[in-house]
Amino acid sequence: MTTGGWITMILSVGFVTTLFIFCIFRVLRGPAANREHELGHVEPIEEDDIIQR
Amino acid sequence: MAKAQEAWGSRLGVILAVAGSAVGLGNFLRFPGLAAQYGGGAFMIAYFISLVLIGIPICWVEWTIGRHGGKYNFHSTSGIFDLILNKPWGKYLGVIGFIVPVCIYMYYVYIEAWCLGYAVNSITGNLSGEGVNFQEFFGTFTGASADGVALKFGLKEVGIFVIIVYFLNFFFIYRGISKGIELVCKFAMPALIFIALIILVRVMTLGTPDPLKPDQNIIAGLGYLWNPGAVAVLDAVSGVEVARYPDAAAIPASYLGEAFTQKNLDLWLSLMNPQLWLAAAGQIFFSLSIGFGVIITYASYLRKEDDVVLSGLTASATNEFCEVGLGGLITVPAAFMFLGAAGIVGQGTFGLGFNVLPEVFAYMPGGQIFASIFFLLLFLAAITSSLSMLQPGIAFLEEGLNISRKQSCALLGFVTGIGTLFIWYFSKDLKALDTIDFWVGTVMLFIQATILVIIFGWGLGIKKGWQIAHEGAEMRIPNIYKIIIKYVTPAFLLTIFGMFLLQNVLGWNYSFSDAQFNPTDRVRDLIGSDASPVARLSVAWIIIMTIFSLILVNLAGKNWKKRKQNLIKEASL
Repeated sequence: MTTGGWITMILSVGFVTTLFIFCIFRVLRGPAANREHELGHVEPIEEDDIIQR
Repeated sequence: MAKAQEAWGSRLGVILAVAGSAVGLGNFLRFPGLAAQYGGGAFMIAYFISLVLIGIPICWVEWTIGRHGGKYNFHSTSGIFDLILNKPWGKYLGVIGFIVPVCIYMYYVYIEAWCLGYAVNSITGNLSGEGVNFQEFFGTFTGASADGVALKFGLKEVGIFVIIVYFLNFFFIYRGISKGIELVCKFAMPALIFIALIILVRVMTLGTPDPLKPDQNIIAGLGYLWNPGAVAVLDAVSGVEVARYPDAAAIPASYLGEAFTQKNLDLWLSLMNPQLWLAAAGQIFFSLSIGFGVIITYASYLRKEDDVVLSGLTASATNEFCEVGLGGLITVPAAFMFLGAAGIVGQGTFGLGFNVLPEVFAYMPGGQIFASIFFLLLFLAAITSSLSMLQPGIAFLEEGLNISRKQSCALLGFVTGIGTLFIWYFSKDLKALDTIDFWVGTVMLFIQATILVIIFGWGLGIKKGWQIAHEGAEMRIPNIYKIIIKYVTPAFLLTIFGMFLLQNVLGWNYSFSDAQFNPTDRVRDLIGSDASPVARLSVAWIIIMTIFSLILVNLAGKNWKKRKQNLIKEASL
């Protein structure tokens, strides 16, 4: 593997890994992290199916 | 029969669902193959430029348009276009957002069944014994060897797995957004990344698997994929690559005879090659699932105060991590270590995944276990994608035709079932699958993505679109993207699409000074004396689906018109 190969691999893999970790960190630690959606109105889809589902 | 509004259960759930939709076989099989083919460094430059100019902006556009439509209880691409454009023809522009996922589902679920079948056959040892002919197994299992041979239901046949994956997909889609798709993705995506990391560690610790072939080691395998400038040695007769070296001086004397030719993969020369740009942009485009209609539908189940900017970027980043960070380090280096350059070149996605890799696992210590979990990984990647393909169809049928979840599942199951059966039966050379994949999974995708970005930049207007995108946003989109989304992305997309058609339909020779055109098999399969009946039937099926979808959009339009009138009444009160 050439020096150029190492640089390409480290920059490419490093960039996507850093971006991924940064984004996940922001999502999990951001202001809306603990604001879960209200599930009461989510399911079931049809009122007729409440018992069944 | 009253209906309750659906929504995502959590923010991480929607991000994982969108990422799950994007992460598929292409991440682990197609991307590394392309990067190796075009010489890692040059390909990655074109790849990241395409990510910045096409991938991320269109993701933001889809998330924004989707959430905007959902605010008014519209969840399908056609319905949302009808709302945004407010013109009688607006809804028809979104018809591709229904056709594409539904038609892709028909063959994608078949490939998903291969993944599950290969995982089970790896566990049972059918793929790990000595003397297994992997090409023959693939031909019989998938039906690539002859029409109709795959319509069998034993353990070594695909039938039972098609039925299992069909049942699983419709079971989870019937359960709805939060209890179906979100639940699956919340487990499947972390499991997928965990499995990929295990396989990555295994590949990285293989060292030099065969002491008799010291050149085929992990460092050389990584170099084969990532070295930016290299010289490939080709067989003079077949043109197949047999070896690759960092420079011409490193080529041994045995490869310098008349039987071999050399191909320069120098960084700057490679960057001047239009094919490389086409491959890189195409990979970004298909990998991120943009233009599918899936992100729009998923985002429409967000609440109006939910962020779309950070969420969109996170979903894209997750896909890129799986593709470059995991896929780029696993498949090709592993194949190189056991089979060398000649074993990888020209294999394509299916060849690499279902012919080369089973052979690699057969040689690898502990290969049976790693083959099983690798195909399980592909299956998880596939099911999170196939589920996402059903939701736009379900959303369209429910809101457009005002029918129940049960009815829409039944109708969609019937239509996709016919399509899958067609692809399953006409499996020789995977002709039906390949034809539908090209015209729907590629050409229509380009068209849909172009329509999307033009509607955002010019129909909705960049000013209003910008304002909507930043409602509830946890980060700002850089202002340069106003210009990129309005001008650069559509121009880049149209250029790539034009070149794509020139290459894949008209057979352009990539020369500007001495341009020549030789229509490809895509055209010859449909027109002329060598036309393929299966390819013609496949295109006829696409046309029938398009007409059927246009009729449904027309019917749905009346329903949407009433809903829009009600919205206007409510606003005036």
